Amino acid sequence: MNHRLRWRKFVSNFMLTMTGVCAVVSVLVLFFILGYLLFNGGTSINFKFFTKLPKPVGETGGGMANAIVGSGKVLLLASLIGVPIGFFGGVYLAEFSGKGMASVVRYAADLLNGVPSIVVGIFAYSVAVLPFKHFSAFAGSFALGVMMIPITLRSTEEFLKGVPRMLREGAMALGASKWKTIVTVIVPAAYRGIVTAILLALARVAGETAPLLFTSFGNRFWSQGWSEPTATLPVVIYTYAVAPYEDWHRQAWAAGLVLLGLILVINILARTILSRGIAVPRS
Amino acid sequence: MKGAGPTAGSRSLFSRMRDGDEIARLMTLIFAATVVLITAAVVWKLWINSALPRHKFGLHFFFTETWDPITEDFGALPFIYGTIVTSAVSLFIAIPLGIGAAIFLAELAPPRISDTLQFFIDLLAAVPSVIYGLLGIFIIVPLVRDVIYPVLNGSLGFLPIFKGPSYGVGFITAGIVMAIMVIPYIISVSREVLLSVPRDQREAALALGSTRWESTWQVVVPFARTGIMGSIFLALARALGETMAVTMVVGNTPKIAASLFAPGYSIAAVIANEFTEATGDLYLQALIELGLVLFLLTFIINGLARILIIVTTQKGSGVTQ
Repeated sequence: MNHRLRWRKFVSNFMLTMTGVCAVVSVLVLFFILGYLLFNGGTSINFKFFTKLPKPVGETGGGMANAIVGSGKVLLLASLIGVPIGFFGGVYLAEFSGKGMASVVRYAADLLNGVPSIVVGIFAYSVAVLPFKHFSAFAGSFALGVMMIPITLRSTEEFLKGVPRMLREGAMALGASKWKTIVTVIVPAAYRGIVTAILLALARVAGETAPLLFTSFGNRFWSQGWSEPTATLPVVIYTYAVAPYEDWHRQAWAAGLVLLGLILVINILARTILSRGIAVPRS
Repeated sequence: MKGAGPTAGSRSLFSRMRDGDEIARLMTLIFAATVVLITAAVVWKLWINSALPRHKFGLHFFFTETWDPITEDFGALPFIYGTIVTSAVSLFIAIPLGIGAAIFLAELAPPRISDTLQFFIDLLAAVPSVIYGLLGIFIIVPLVRDVIYPVLNGSLGFLPIFKGPSYGVGFITAGIVMAIMVIPYIISVSREVLLSVPRDQREAALALGSTRWESTWQVVVPFARTGIMGSIFLALARALGETMAVTMVVGNTPKIAASLFAPGYSIAAVIANEFTEATGDLYLQALIELGLVLFLLTFIINGLARILIIVTTQKGSGVTQ
């Protein structure tokens, strides 16, 4: 009996330690990735990296200015496409919807959220590349915008629904119409949560490569306007990483570090905004 | 619904318009309807743009091994095989690690530590797949070639799955990289599900004299079983649709090989690689049909995942996702 108990206790302690090991290993991966990128990319980041165009194939040096600006352009337009649809759709779900329509919209959004990013790329290709016969920054933005919609929509709905009933009723009791209540009371009360959600959506699509491969494509020079093929950081990382040139690998690490840094900063920023409290009208 | 005045029910359309409520409703409805339209358009575009190969090859598309752009003969089998094998390898690694970590976070770690670790795991989930691919090429590929291959081939080389030479790239490499990518999903959802198991379940088991591990493994985990399955399906859906990391390390060879060390291909990877260079409508549409297959696969798996997760969390303390 005693022997058996000791064995059971040993098994218990051993297995519980193992779960701890699993957790520690999983988290260490993050620090390993960060450390490795810093180690490999840190030495390649210099002023030129941010200000110069890529050198012709075979020459060393040069930078990724066009890809950095290109990523910015594509993400900006993607937000302009994805955020309004997601936000107002979320307002509809939380405030105006009847039962039937709401579940259809919710289901569609969940479906869209689960579509693999490469399939979104095919969709954007057939909608925004095929008819115009050329790759463009716009097509890339469209793909990323579509991916931002479901995240923005569902979180907007969730945070609006989290606004206390009393606020709503208070505004209504003062004679405000429904839309005035929404605009002046409910949305301001939930804005932290919504901003967080939008930032997280942006961070998620910022690193997307697959949908950009055949929409915004790539460009070794500056692209003018929205209708030319445009270089973006994730696509450049991919092209450089699979190319056989040592110098390109070095630059891929540098670009990876910049991209990951950007995404982690947005993530941490978003989570700090959220943790400072939501749905608390201060004034 | 519109309880603004005593005559709310009988207000004319005109007065409701003047309130602005009706306008606001219609405006937001347009945006909400756009979401439905876009989703429908995704399915529709995939369907009509894959008409050529669907008519030409029919169901044979799924059972033929040839992928020959020159003679325009296309079969999806090597890609479907590769997608399934790489996903299976990744789950084989990710399930024990992920569930182990989730148990630690939900059952053992003090709330403060659990939340901190969960924060890092959320960040890990945010790392873009191209970065995993980059690390895959320069770390996992040499690791597989120089360490994992000699060990597994040396000890278990008689098994067909470990036979043959290794070039570093291949099914197992893609599986390992994907495992690292899906672990955060398994951890986050499983932890949530485990936390929603009612306290009395644990206390009852402990009161009956079970050790901490016995109460966890024989009571709490079975209680959360369906939800944990849900997290696995969610991870599977991610793995099936994963593109960049796989493309970078799988070897990109449309062949079916029993050995996990052999180079292969996956559905998402072939689309990523060949889409821009697809000459001819049939070639392009064959790739789009692969996209359709991928869409349907993830659609089914995601649906199952959601049902399983909802069922468990509601059975528990009523904590919703």
